[in-house]
Amino acid sequence: MTELPRRAGASFKPQHFAAIIASQRAVGFFEVHAENYMGAGGPPHAMLGKLRQDYPLSIHGVGLSIGGEEALDEAHLQRLRVLCERYAPESFSEHLAWSSHGGEFLADLLPLPYTDDTLQTVCDHIDRTQAVLGRRILLENPSLYLSFAESRFEEPEFLSEVVRRSGCGLLLDVNNVFVSSVNLGFDPAQYLARLPLAAVGEIHLAGHSVMANGTLIDSHGAPVIDAVWALYQSVIARAGAIATLIEWDRDVPAWPVLVAEAAKAEAILTQHRCQAA
Amino acid sequence: MTTPLNSQARFAASLHQFEGAESHLAIHRNNRMAALIDALAIAFPATQRIVGEEYFRAMAGAFVCAHPPRAPLLLAYGDELPAYIAAFAPAAEISYLADVARLEAAVMRAYHAADDHPLGVAELKWLTQEGAAEVRLALPATVFLLRSRFPAATLWERNLAESFVPLAEWPAEDVIVCRPALDVIVRVLPPGGADFLEALQRGHSIGEAAALVAAPAFDLPAALAFAFSHCLARPFAA
Repeated sequence: MTELPRRAGASFKPQHFAAIIASQRAVGFFEVHAENYMGAGGPPHAMLGKLRQDYPLSIHGVGLSIGGEEALDEAHLQRLRVLCERYAPESFSEHLAWSSHGGEFLADLLPLPYTDDTLQTVCDHIDRTQAVLGRRILLENPSLYLSFAESRFEEPEFLSEVVRRSGCGLLLDVNNVFVSSVNLGFDPAQYLARLPLAAVGEIHLAGHSVMANGTLIDSHGAPVIDAVWALYQSVIARAGAIATLIEWDRDVPAWPVLVAEAAKAEAILTQHRCQAA
Repeated sequence: MTTPLNSQARFAASLHQFEGAESHLAIHRNNRMAALIDALAIAFPATQRIVGEEYFRAMAGAFVCAHPPRAPLLLAYGDELPAYIAAFAPAAEISYLADVARLEAAVMRAYHAADDHPLGVAELKWLTQEGAAEVRLALPATVFLLRSRFPAATLWERNLAESFVPLAEWPAEDVIVCRPALDVIVRVLPPGGADFLEALQRGHSIGEAAALVAAPAFDLPAALAFAFSHCLARPFAA
Protein backbone atom coordinates (compact mmCIF):
# COMPACT_ATOMS: atom_id res chain seq x y z
CA MET A 1 0.00 0.00 0.00
CA THR A 2 1.33 3.42 -0.97
CA GLU A 3 1.35 6.30 1.44
CA LEU A 4 2.36 9.93 1.48
CA PRO A 5 5.74 10.79 3.01
CA ARG A 6 5.35 11.78 6.66
CA ARG A 7 6.30 15.34 5.82
CA ALA A 8 4.67 18.72 5.27
CA GLY A 9 3.02 19.36 1.90
CA ALA A 10 1.11 22.15 0.20
CA SER A 11 -1.99 22.60 -1.93
CA PHE A 12 -0.86 23.07 -5.51
CA LYS A 13 -1.96 26.33 -7.11
CA PRO A 14 -1.16 26.92 -10.82
CA GLN A 15 0.10 30.46 -10.09
CA HIS A 16 2.92 28.88 -8.05
CA PHE A 17 4.04 26.49 -10.79
CA ALA A 18 7.04 28.48 -12.04
CA ALA A 19 8.27 29.18 -8.48
CA ILE A 20 7.89 25.49 -7.57
CA ILE A 21 9.86 24.31 -10.60
CA ALA A 22 12.60 26.87 -9.78
CA SER A 23 12.74 25.80 -6.13
CA GLN A 24 14.51 22.81 -4.69
CA ARG A 25 11.92 20.51 -3.17
CA ALA A 26 10.58 23.05 -0.70
CA VAL A 27 7.75 20.74 0.39
CA GLY A 28 7.35 16.99 0.83
CA PHE A 29 4.26 16.50 -1.36
CA PHE A 30 1.46 18.28 -3.21
CA GLU A 31 -2.28 17.93 -3.06
CA VAL A 32 -4.77 18.86 -5.78
CA HIS A 33 -8.54 18.89 -5.97
CA ALA A 34 -9.58 16.05 -8.27
CA GLU A 35 -12.33 18.04 -9.96
CA ASN A 36 -9.90 20.69 -11.23
CA TYR A 37 -8.13 18.02 -13.31
CA MET A 38 -11.12 16.54 -15.09
CA GLY A 39 -10.72 18.61 -18.25
CA ALA A 40 -9.55 16.83 -21.40
CA GLY A 41 -6.11 18.45 -21.64
CA GLY A 42 -4.24 21.73 -21.52
CA PRO A 43 -2.10 23.42 -18.88
CA PRO A 44 -3.72 21.73 -15.81
CA HIS A 45 -2.59 18.28 -16.94
CA ALA A 46 0.74 19.55 -18.27
CA MET A 47 1.54 21.11 -14.88
CA LEU A 48 0.31 18.18 -12.82
CA GLY A 49 2.20 15.72 -15.01
CA LYS A 50 5.44 17.64 -14.47
CA LEU A 51 4.83 18.02 -10.75
CA ARG A 52 4.06 14.32 -10.46
CA GLN A 53 7.53 13.45 -11.80
CA ASP A 54 9.19 15.20 -8.89
CA TYR A 55 6.80 14.96 -5.95
CA PRO A 56 4.51 12.53 -4.13
CA LEU A 57 0.88 13.41 -4.82
CA SER A 58 -2.40 13.46 -2.95
CA ILE A 59 -5.62 13.70 -4.96
CA HIS A 60 -8.44 15.16 -2.89
CA GLY A 61 -12.00 14.85 -4.16
CA VAL A 62 -14.56 17.50 -3.30
CA GLY A 63 -17.56 16.35 -5.32
CA LEU A 64 -18.32 12.65 -4.76
CA SER A 65 -21.04 13.23 -2.14
CA ILE A 66 -20.14 10.17 -0.08
CA GLY A 67 -22.56 11.32 2.62
CA GLY A 68 -25.45 11.65 0.16
CA GLU A 69 -28.67 9.65 0.52
CA GLU A 70 -28.69 8.87 -3.16
CA ALA A 71 -26.51 6.35 -4.99
CA LEU A 72 -23.04 7.60 -5.89
CA ASP A 73 -22.64 9.29 -9.28
CA GLU A 74 -21.07 6.44 -11.27
CA ALA A 75 -19.91 8.78 -14.04
CA HIS A 76 -18.04 10.82 -11.45
CA LEU A 77 -16.55 7.69 -9.90
CA GLN A 78 -15.25 6.72 -13.33
CA ARG A 79 -13.71 10.18 -13.77
CA LEU A 80 -11.95 9.69 -10.43
CA ARG A 81 -10.78 6.23 -11.47
CA VAL A 82 -9.30 7.59 -14.72
CA LEU A 83 -7.54 10.39 -12.81
CA CYS A 84 -6.11 7.99 -10.21
CA GLU A 85 -4.92 5.61 -12.91
CA ARG A 86 -3.26 8.45 -14.81
CA TYR A 87 -1.41 10.00 -11.88
CA ALA A 88 -1.13 7.05 -9.45
CA PRO A 89 -1.32 9.32 -6.38
CA GLU A 90 0.07 8.11 -3.06
CA SER A 91 -3.26 9.06 -1.49
CA PHE A 92 -6.85 9.64 -2.52
CA SER A 93 -9.23 11.28 -0.08
CA GLU A 94 -12.83 12.52 0.08
CA HIS A 95 -15.18 14.03 2.65
CA LEU A 96 -17.71 12.92 5.23
CA ALA A 97 -20.28 15.21 3.61
CA TRP A 98 -22.75 15.40 0.75
CA SER A 99 -22.74 17.84 -2.14
CA SER A 100 -25.23 16.59 -4.74
CA HIS A 101 -28.95 15.94 -4.58
CA GLY A 102 -31.67 15.37 -7.17
CA GLY A 103 -29.23 15.68 -10.06
CA GLU A 104 -27.90 19.02 -8.89
CA PHE A 105 -24.41 19.79 -7.62
CA LEU A 106 -24.71 22.04 -4.57
CA ALA A 107 -21.07 23.23 -4.55
CA ASP A 108 -20.64 22.94 -0.78
CA LEU A 109 -19.73 20.22 1.69
CA LEU A 110 -23.02 19.68 3.51
CA PRO A 111 -23.43 18.00 6.90
CA LEU A 112 -25.30 14.78 7.60
CA PRO A 113 -26.88 13.39 10.77
CA TYR A 114 -24.92 10.57 12.38
CA THR A 115 -27.40 7.67 12.61
CA ASP A 116 -27.39 3.91 11.95
CA ASP A 117 -28.90 4.62 8.53
CA THR A 118 -26.34 7.21 7.48
CA LEU A 119 -23.54 5.00 8.84
CA GLN A 120 -24.72 2.21 6.55
CA THR A 121 -25.01 4.53 3.55
CA VAL A 122 -21.58 6.10 4.09
CA CYS A 123 -19.97 2.66 4.48
CA ASP A 124 -21.72 1.39 1.32
CA HIS A 125 -20.50 4.43 -0.60
CA ILE A 126 -16.93 4.00 0.66
CA ASP A 127 -17.03 0.30 -0.25
CA ARG A 128 -18.14 1.20 -3.77
CA THR A 129 -15.50 3.94 -4.10
CA GLN A 130 -12.71 1.69 -2.85
CA ALA A 131 -13.85 -1.07 -5.21
CA VAL A 132 -13.91 1.23 -8.27
CA LEU A 133 -10.62 2.95 -7.44
CA GLY A 134 -9.01 -0.30 -6.32
CA ARG A 135 -7.47 1.37 -3.29
CA ARG A 136 -8.08 2.38 0.29
CA ILE A 137 -9.31 5.94 0.58
CA LEU A 138 -9.05 8.50 3.37
CA LEU A 139 -12.20 10.19 4.68
CA GLU A 140 -12.04 13.77 6.00
CA ASN A 141 -13.95 15.08 9.02
CA PRO A 142 -16.12 18.10 8.10
CA SER A 143 -16.35 21.67 9.35
CA LEU A 144 -19.77 21.97 10.99
CA TYR A 145 -22.05 24.95 11.41
CA LEU A 146 -25.03 22.99 12.72
CA SER A 147 -25.83 19.58 14.16
CA PHE A 148 -28.87 17.30 13.86
CA ALA A 149 -31.34 16.45 16.59
CA GLU A 150 -31.65 12.93 15.20
CA SER A 151 -27.90 12.11 15.44
CA ARG A 152 -27.23 9.00 17.54
CA PHE A 153 -23.43 9.09 17.29
CA GLU A 154 -20.91 11.76 18.14
CA GLU A 155 -18.61 12.41 15.17
CA PRO A 156 -15.50 10.62 16.54
CA GLU A 157 -17.55 7.48 17.25
CA PHE A 158 -19.21 7.71 13.84
CA LEU A 159 -15.81 8.02 12.11
CA SER A 160 -14.38 5.17 14.23
CA GLU A 161 -17.24 2.94 13.14
CA VAL A 162 -16.81 3.93 9.47
CA VAL A 163 -13.11 3.04 9.70
CA ARG A 164 -13.86 -0.29 11.41
CA ARG A 165 -16.54 -1.35 8.92
CA SER A 166 -15.12 -0.03 5.63
CA GLY A 167 -11.40 -0.30 6.22
CA CYS A 168 -10.88 3.26 4.99
CA GLY A 169 -8.39 5.59 6.62
CA LEU A 170 -8.97 9.10 7.94
CA LEU A 171 -7.86 12.50 6.77
CA LEU A 172 -7.86 14.49 10.00
CA ASP A 173 -8.50 18.17 9.39
CA VAL A 174 -7.42 19.75 12.67
CA ASN A 175 -8.78 23.15 11.67
CA ASN A 176 -12.17 21.56 10.93
CA VAL A 177 -12.18 20.02 14.43
CA PHE A 178 -11.43 23.45 15.90
CA VAL A 179 -14.05 25.22 13.76
CA SER A 180 -16.74 22.66 14.67
CA SER A 181 -15.77 22.73 18.34
CA VAL A 182 -16.33 26.48 18.55
CA ASN A 183 -19.49 26.46 16.43
CA LEU A 184 -21.11 23.50 18.19
CA GLY A 185 -19.56 23.99 21.63
CA PHE A 186 -17.46 20.89 22.32
CA ASP A 187 -13.90 20.30 23.56
CA PRO A 188 -11.58 19.70 20.57
CA ALA A 189 -8.99 17.88 22.72
CA GLN A 190 -11.64 15.39 23.85
CA TYR A 191 -12.76 14.94 20.26
CA LEU A 192 -9.19 14.11 19.20
CA ALA A 193 -8.75 11.76 22.17
CA ARG A 194 -11.70 9.67 20.92
CA LEU A 195 -10.51 9.46 17.31
CA PRO A 196 -8.65 6.33 16.08
CA LEU A 197 -5.42 8.18 15.27
CA ALA A 198 -3.78 5.00 13.96
CA ALA A 199 -6.12 5.25 10.97
CA VAL A 200 -5.08 8.82 10.13
CA GLY A 201 -3.10 8.84 6.87
CA GLU A 202 -2.98 12.59 6.37
CA ILE A 203 -3.61 15.79 8.31
CA HIS A 204 -5.01 19.05 6.95
CA LEU A 205 -4.18 22.43 8.49
CA ALA A 206 -5.74 25.68 7.33
CA GLY A 207 -6.83 29.10 8.45
CA HIS A 208 -10.43 30.09 9.10
CA SER A 209 -12.35 33.34 9.35
CA VAL A 210 -14.48 34.65 12.21
CA MET A 211 -17.97 36.12 11.67
CA ALA A 212 -19.26 39.05 13.70
CA ASN A 213 -21.39 36.66 15.80
CA GLY A 214 -18.35 34.52 16.65
CA THR A 215 -19.12 31.69 14.23
CA LEU A 216 -15.98 30.32 12.59
CA ILE A 217 -15.96 29.75 8.83
CA ASP A 218 -13.59 27.21 7.28
CA SER A 219 -12.36 29.68 4.66
CA HIS A 220 -8.85 28.36 3.82
CA GLY A 221 -7.77 31.94 3.32
CA ALA A 222 -5.46 32.74 6.24
CA PRO A 223 -2.55 31.39 8.28
CA VAL A 224 -3.18 28.52 10.72
CA ILE A 225 -3.98 29.96 14.17
CA ASP A 226 -1.96 29.11 17.31
CA ALA A 227 -4.77 27.09 18.93
CA VAL A 228 -4.86 24.82 15.86
CA TRP A 229 -1.06 24.47 15.88
CA ALA A 230 -1.31 23.42 19.55
CA LEU A 231 -3.93 20.76 18.75
CA TYR A 232 -1.79 19.58 15.84
CA GLN A 233 1.24 19.28 18.08
CA SER A 234 -0.76 17.16 20.54
CA VAL A 235 -1.85 14.84 17.72
CA ILE A 236 1.73 14.37 16.46
CA ALA A 237 2.95 13.81 20.02
CA ARG A 238 0.44 10.97 20.40
CA ALA A 239 0.35 9.47 16.92
CA GLY A 240 3.81 10.19 15.53
CA ALA A 241 4.67 11.91 12.28
CA ILE A 242 1.82 12.04 9.75
CA ALA A 243 1.80 13.62 6.27
CA THR A 244 0.52 17.15 6.85
CA LEU A 245 -0.98 19.50 4.25
CA ILE A 246 -1.24 23.27 4.47
CA GLU A 247 -4.46 24.20 2.64
CA TRP A 248 -4.70 27.71 1.25
CA ASP A 249 -7.42 28.15 -1.37
CA ARG A 250 -8.55 31.78 -1.03
CA ASP A 251 -6.41 34.93 -1.08
CA VAL A 252 -3.59 32.58 -1.99
CA PRO A 253 -0.25 34.10 -0.93
CA ALA A 254 3.06 34.02 -2.78
CA TRP A 255 4.82 30.64 -2.85
CA PRO A 256 7.43 31.53 -0.16
CA VAL A 257 4.62 32.34 2.32
CA LEU A 258 3.05 28.94 1.75
CA VAL A 259 6.47 27.29 2.06
CA ALA A 260 7.04 29.10 5.37
CA GLU A 261 3.69 27.82 6.69
CA ALA A 262 4.57 24.28 5.59
CA ALA A 263 7.99 24.68 7.26
CA LYS A 264 6.22 25.25 10.61
CA ALA A 265 4.51 21.89 10.26
CA GLU A 266 7.76 20.31 9.08
CA ALA A 267 9.53 21.65 12.20
CA ILE A 268 6.94 19.97 14.43
CA LEU A 269 7.27 16.69 12.51
CA THR A 270 11.09 16.89 12.70
CA GLN A 271 11.01 17.70 16.41
CA HIS A 272 8.90 14.61 16.98
CA ARG A 273 11.21 12.42 14.91
CA CYS A 274 14.21 13.66 16.93
CA GLN A 275 12.45 13.00 20.24
CA ALA A 276 11.34 9.58 19.07
CA ALA A 277 14.85 8.66 17.95
CA MET B 1 -27.70 25.27 16.58
CA THR B 2 -29.53 21.98 16.45
CA THR B 3 -31.81 21.73 13.47
CA PRO B 4 -34.65 19.31 12.91
CA LEU B 5 -33.84 19.10 9.20
CA ASN B 6 -33.72 15.41 8.58
CA SER B 7 -33.93 14.93 4.88
CA GLN B 8 -31.37 15.94 2.30
CA ALA B 9 -34.19 16.90 -0.06
CA ARG B 10 -35.49 19.46 2.43
CA PHE B 11 -31.95 20.59 3.22
CA ALA B 12 -31.11 20.98 -0.46
CA ALA B 13 -34.37 22.85 -1.07
CA SER B 14 -33.57 25.23 1.76
CA LEU B 15 -30.28 26.14 0.08
CA HIS B 16 -32.25 27.82 -2.68
CA GLN B 17 -34.09 30.13 -0.33
CA PHE B 18 -32.54 33.44 0.50
CA GLU B 19 -34.52 34.32 3.60
CA GLY B 20 -33.58 33.25 7.10
CA ALA B 21 -30.07 34.65 7.24
CA GLU B 22 -30.27 34.18 11.01
CA SER B 23 -30.03 30.43 10.59
CA HIS B 24 -26.75 28.55 10.35
CA LEU B 25 -28.10 27.18 7.12
CA ALA B 26 -27.31 30.61 5.73
CA ILE B 27 -23.62 29.72 5.94
CA HIS B 28 -24.13 26.81 3.56
CA ARG B 29 -26.34 28.97 1.34
CA ASN B 30 -23.59 31.57 1.18
CA ASN B 31 -20.88 28.95 0.64
CA ARG B 32 -22.78 27.51 -2.31
CA MET B 33 -23.51 30.87 -3.91
CA ALA B 34 -19.97 32.19 -3.35
CA ALA B 35 -18.34 29.04 -4.75
CA LEU B 36 -20.40 29.13 -7.95
CA ILE B 37 -20.12 32.89 -8.48
CA ASP B 38 -16.35 32.73 -7.79
CA ALA B 39 -15.99 30.01 -10.42
CA LEU B 40 -17.73 32.29 -12.95
CA ALA B 41 -15.73 35.35 -11.90
CA ILE B 42 -12.47 33.46 -12.54
CA ALA B 43 -13.61 32.38 -15.99
CA PHE B 44 -15.08 35.75 -17.05
CA PRO B 45 -12.63 38.45 -15.85
CA ALA B 46 -13.19 40.90 -18.75
CA THR B 47 -16.96 40.54 -18.51
CA GLN B 48 -16.68 41.35 -14.81
CA ARG B 49 -14.41 44.32 -15.51
CA ILE B 50 -16.92 45.79 -17.98
CA VAL B 51 -19.91 45.75 -15.59
CA GLY B 52 -18.04 45.98 -12.29
CA GLU B 53 -17.75 43.38 -9.56
CA GLU B 54 -21.03 44.15 -7.80
CA TYR B 55 -23.06 44.01 -11.00
CA PHE B 56 -21.28 40.87 -12.19
CA ARG B 57 -21.89 39.01 -8.94
CA ALA B 58 -25.58 39.92 -9.01
CA MET B 59 -25.90 38.80 -12.63
CA ALA B 60 -23.91 35.62 -11.96
CA GLY B 61 -26.15 34.93 -8.95
CA ALA B 62 -29.22 35.18 -11.18
CA PHE B 63 -27.52 32.80 -13.63
CA VAL B 64 -26.79 30.31 -10.83
CA CYS B 65 -30.50 30.31 -9.89
CA ALA B 66 -31.53 29.76 -13.51
CA HIS B 67 -28.78 27.24 -14.36
CA PRO B 68 -27.69 25.32 -11.24
CA PRO B 69 -24.77 23.00 -12.05
CA ARG B 70 -25.68 19.38 -12.74
CA ALA B 71 -22.27 17.72 -12.43
CA PRO B 72 -19.77 18.01 -9.57
CA LEU B 73 -17.15 19.72 -11.70
CA LEU B 74 -17.21 23.37 -12.57
CA LEU B 75 -14.64 23.52 -15.38
CA ALA B 76 -17.34 24.08 -18.01
CA TYR B 77 -19.91 25.69 -15.74
CA GLY B 78 -19.83 29.04 -17.56
CA ASP B 79 -20.63 27.62 -21.00
CA GLU B 80 -24.23 28.80 -20.78
CA LEU B 81 -23.46 32.21 -19.27
CA PRO B 82 -22.99 34.12 -22.60
CA ALA B 83 -26.45 33.05 -23.84
CA TYR B 84 -27.89 33.99 -20.46
CA ILE B 85 -26.26 37.44 -20.66
CA ALA B 86 -27.57 37.91 -24.22
CA ALA B 87 -31.12 37.47 -22.86
CA PHE B 88 -30.47 39.29 -19.55
CA ALA B 89 -32.76 42.34 -19.83
CA PRO B 90 -30.94 44.54 -17.27
CA ALA B 91 -27.74 44.31 -19.35
CA ALA B 92 -29.45 44.89 -22.71
CA GLU B 93 -27.87 48.34 -23.04
CA ILE B 94 -24.40 46.82 -22.93
CA SER B 95 -24.98 45.22 -26.31
CA TYR B 96 -21.41 43.86 -26.68
CA LEU B 97 -21.30 42.21 -23.24
CA ALA B 98 -22.55 38.79 -24.40
CA ASP B 99 -19.92 38.65 -27.17
CA VAL B 100 -17.08 39.35 -24.74
CA ALA B 101 -18.52 36.59 -22.53
CA ARG B 102 -18.69 34.25 -25.55
CA LEU B 103 -15.01 34.93 -26.16
CA GLU B 104 -14.17 34.19 -22.53
CA ALA B 105 -16.18 30.96 -22.65
CA ALA B 106 -14.16 29.98 -25.74
CA VAL B 107 -10.90 30.82 -23.94
CA MET B 108 -11.98 28.55 -21.06
CA ARG B 109 -12.86 25.73 -23.45
CA ALA B 110 -9.58 26.08 -25.36
CA TYR B 111 -7.68 26.00 -22.06
CA HIS B 112 -9.20 22.64 -21.07
CA ALA B 113 -9.59 21.15 -24.57
CA ALA B 114 -7.94 17.85 -25.44
CA ASP B 115 -4.33 18.28 -26.47
CA ASP B 116 -4.09 18.00 -30.21
CA HIS B 117 -1.20 17.56 -32.59
CA PRO B 118 -1.66 20.21 -35.24
CA LEU B 119 0.57 20.78 -38.21
CA GLY B 120 3.16 23.53 -37.91
CA VAL B 121 4.91 25.88 -40.31
CA ALA B 122 7.26 23.07 -41.37
CA GLU B 123 4.34 21.30 -43.04
CA LEU B 124 3.59 24.32 -45.22
CA LYS B 125 5.83 22.81 -47.90
CA TRP B 126 3.10 20.26 -48.64
CA LEU B 127 0.98 23.02 -49.95
CA THR B 128 3.47 24.32 -52.48
CA GLN B 129 3.23 21.05 -54.32
CA GLU B 130 0.84 20.42 -57.13
CA GLY B 131 -2.59 19.32 -55.95
CA ALA B 132 -2.40 21.34 -52.76
CA ALA B 133 -5.84 22.79 -53.49
CA GLU B 134 -7.22 19.26 -53.08
CA VAL B 135 -5.80 18.87 -49.57
CA ARG B 136 -8.36 18.67 -46.74
CA LEU B 137 -7.44 19.97 -43.31
CA ALA B 138 -9.33 20.00 -40.04
CA LEU B 139 -9.14 22.34 -37.11
CA PRO B 140 -7.81 20.90 -33.83
CA ALA B 141 -10.08 20.57 -30.79
CA THR B 142 -8.26 23.56 -29.30
CA VAL B 143 -9.57 26.01 -31.93
CA PHE B 144 -12.76 28.07 -31.60
CA LEU B 145 -14.14 30.64 -34.05
CA LEU B 146 -16.35 33.51 -33.03
CA ARG B 147 -18.02 36.21 -35.12
CA SER B 148 -18.95 39.43 -33.42
CA ARG B 149 -20.82 42.55 -34.59
CA PHE B 150 -18.56 44.31 -32.10
CA PRO B 151 -14.78 44.52 -31.57
CA ALA B 152 -15.10 41.63 -29.10
CA ALA B 153 -11.42 40.65 -29.04
CA THR B 154 -10.21 44.25 -28.70
CA LEU B 155 -12.72 44.89 -25.89
CA TRP B 156 -11.63 41.68 -24.20
CA GLU B 157 -7.95 42.59 -24.44
CA ARG B 158 -8.43 46.19 -23.27
CA ASN B 159 -10.51 45.07 -20.30
CA LEU B 160 -7.83 42.68 -19.15
CA ALA B 161 -5.14 45.36 -19.33
CA GLU B 162 -4.20 47.17 -16.14
CA SER B 163 -5.63 50.47 -17.34
CA PHE B 164 -8.41 50.61 -19.91
CA VAL B 165 -7.67 52.44 -23.16
CA PRO B 166 -10.93 53.50 -24.90
CA LEU B 167 -11.54 52.23 -28.43
CA ALA B 168 -11.28 54.74 -31.27
CA GLU B 169 -13.28 52.54 -33.67
CA TRP B 170 -15.95 49.85 -33.31
CA PRO B 171 -15.45 47.42 -36.18
CA ALA B 172 -17.04 43.97 -36.27
CA GLU B 173 -14.45 41.30 -35.47
CA ASP B 174 -14.09 37.67 -36.47
CA VAL B 175 -12.04 36.11 -33.70
CA ILE B 176 -10.05 32.94 -33.40
CA VAL B 177 -9.30 31.40 -30.01
CA CYS B 178 -6.68 28.68 -30.17
CA ARG B 179 -4.13 26.87 -28.07
CA PRO B 180 -1.18 25.78 -30.27
CA ALA B 181 0.72 24.56 -27.19
CA LEU B 182 -0.14 25.55 -23.61
CA ASP B 183 -0.98 29.24 -23.93
CA VAL B 184 -4.40 30.26 -25.21
CA ILE B 185 -4.09 32.78 -28.05
CA VAL B 186 -6.82 35.18 -29.19
CA ARG B 187 -6.47 36.88 -32.61
CA VAL B 188 -8.67 38.95 -34.88
CA LEU B 189 -8.97 37.24 -38.28
CA PRO B 190 -8.52 39.16 -41.55
CA PRO B 191 -11.49 39.50 -43.95
CA GLY B 192 -12.75 36.07 -45.07
CA GLY B 193 -10.52 34.25 -42.59
CA ALA B 194 -13.40 32.85 -40.55
CA ASP B 195 -15.34 31.79 -43.66
CA PHE B 196 -12.27 29.96 -44.93
CA LEU B 197 -11.55 28.14 -41.67
CA GLU B 198 -15.22 27.20 -41.23
CA ALA B 199 -15.30 25.79 -44.73
CA LEU B 200 -12.19 23.69 -43.98
CA GLN B 201 -13.84 22.50 -40.78
CA ARG B 202 -16.92 21.40 -42.73
CA GLY B 203 -14.66 19.16 -44.82
CA HIS B 204 -14.01 21.28 -47.89
CA SER B 205 -10.60 21.11 -49.56
CA ILE B 206 -8.37 24.16 -49.48
CA GLY B 207 -9.37 25.08 -53.03
CA GLU B 208 -13.09 24.65 -52.35
CA ALA B 209 -12.88 26.59 -49.11
CA ALA B 210 -11.06 29.51 -50.76
CA ALA B 211 -13.71 29.62 -53.50
CA LEU B 212 -16.46 29.79 -50.87
CA VAL B 213 -15.04 32.93 -49.27
CA ALA B 214 -17.06 35.96 -50.35
CA ALA B 215 -14.80 38.69 -49.00
CA PRO B 216 -12.99 40.37 -51.95
CA ALA B 217 -9.98 41.18 -49.77
CA PHE B 218 -9.43 37.50 -48.89
CA ASP B 219 -5.77 36.54 -49.28
CA LEU B 220 -5.37 32.76 -49.51
CA PRO B 221 -1.57 32.53 -49.02
CA ALA B 222 -1.83 34.85 -46.02
CA ALA B 223 -4.73 32.81 -44.57
CA LEU B 224 -2.75 29.58 -44.94
CA ALA B 225 0.37 31.12 -43.45
CA PHE B 226 -1.70 32.37 -40.52
CA ALA B 227 -3.32 28.96 -40.04
CA PHE B 228 -0.02 27.12 -40.03
CA SER B 229 1.87 29.63 -37.93
CA HIS B 230 -0.89 29.35 -35.31
CA CYS B 231 -1.05 25.58 -35.64
CA LEU B 232 -4.71 25.75 -36.64
CA ALA B 233 -4.58 22.83 -39.02
CA ARG B 234 -4.44 19.12 -38.47
CA PRO B 235 -4.70 16.26 -40.95
CA PHE B 236 -8.32 15.81 -41.92
CA ALA B 237 -9.84 12.51 -40.86
CA ALA B 238 -13.13 11.88 -42.63
